[in-house]
Amino acid sequence: MTSWLLLATADAVTGAATGSPEGGLFDLDATLPLMAVQVVLLTFILNALFFRPVGQAVEEREGYVTTSRAEAKQKLAQAERLAADLSEQLREARQDVQNLIVEAEQEADKLYREALAAAQAESIAVREQARSQIESEKQQALASLKAEADRLGALIVDRLLAA
Amino acid sequence: MVPLPLALPFAELEVGQQFYWQLGRLQLHGQVFLSSWVVIGALLALVVIGTRRMERDPRGVQNLLEFLWTYIRDLAREQIGEKAYRDWLPFIGTLFLFIFVCNWGGALIPWKIIELPSGELGAPTADINTTVAMALLVSLSYFYAGLSRKGLRYFEYYVEPTPIMLPFKIIEDFTKPLSLSFRLFGNILADELVVGVLAFLVPVIVPLPAMFLGLFTSAIQALIFATLAANYIGEAVHEEHH
Repeated sequence: MTSWLLLATADAVTGAATGSPEGGLFDLDATLPLMAVQVVLLTFILNALFFRPVGQAVEEREGYVTTSRAEAKQKLAQAERLAADLSEQLREARQDVQNLIVEAEQEADKLYREALAAAQAESIAVREQARSQIESEKQQALASLKAEADRLGALIVDRLLAA
Repeated sequence: MVPLPLALPFAELEVGQQFYWQLGRLQLHGQVFLSSWVVIGALLALVVIGTRRMERDPRGVQNLLEFLWTYIRDLAREQIGEKAYRDWLPFIGTLFLFIFVCNWGGALIPWKIIELPSGELGAPTADINTTVAMALLVSLSYFYAGLSRKGLRYFEYYVEPTPIMLPFKIIEDFTKPLSLSFRLFGNILADELVVGVLAFLVPVIVPLPAMFLGLFTSAIQALIFATLAANYIGEAVHEEHH
């Protein structure tokens, strides 16, 4: 550990003896301002070559990603709206179909009932008519029988009286 | 000179020696600049390759860069706040990337292969000049951020919530860069020294755990520096809601 310290001091001493400036760890000289100038120059060069173009590229991409995402979100919302619309329409159509079926069933039922009622009424009417016809014929027959009987009776009476 | 017990190649230790360059009357640490240029070159190469063909579906290096960008943006946004983070994103990001690549470069690139006349190549952040430079930049930028956003009302921050805070807040302005620079410098240098000493004593296998720990510390230090810098700026631009 001490060897290099001694070495450094020894070299510094010999350096001073030979006329070159002494060294040392804390040897501040014109290196400082020149290095500062160098760093400032490097800042400007890197700004032109690195920070500006790369920043532009990164920010352009960030902008692109943001707008793409916004667009995609908008499209997604639109698609969802459409899907909702369509499913609503589908639901309505199903409802309509259901209504139609129910209506048709009711219609058919009604028709059937009407037909049935008509047929029954007709059959009743026909029966009634037949009955009344039979009744009237019976009356007629009874009447004619009665007339015949009356005539025969009168005839018998006439004959007997005449005899 | 103290004779070294062992003289293995790639396993010598030099501390506090610099490879000096003369620029007029100024003196520079050449090794720091050399390694920082390598680091900056690597960083720029990565960035140029990754942004050559930007696409909306990222592939290859672009993925990595975008991950880094979003990571740094989240860091800056969390610390500075939604309103002001954009202005400071490049600065925070550059600090993070530069320190991170410096630290990892110092640990991963076999610098010792390259011989320098004196000193040795390593992480630029293991030199106090680099870290102080960046810490002072952070100080300047948070003052600038506060003053440009709130004008002189920025100084209200010093007496909030009570004027008793004034001396502490003033001291804070000095301790902030000090702690920033010394934390980074100390961690990276210590890591290099630990690995160096272990490699110096037992050149095989034994330094590996320390190296992995060093990689971990390096990443954490880069994150800490960037987060604190962003936090200081965020504190300066923060609007009190009365």
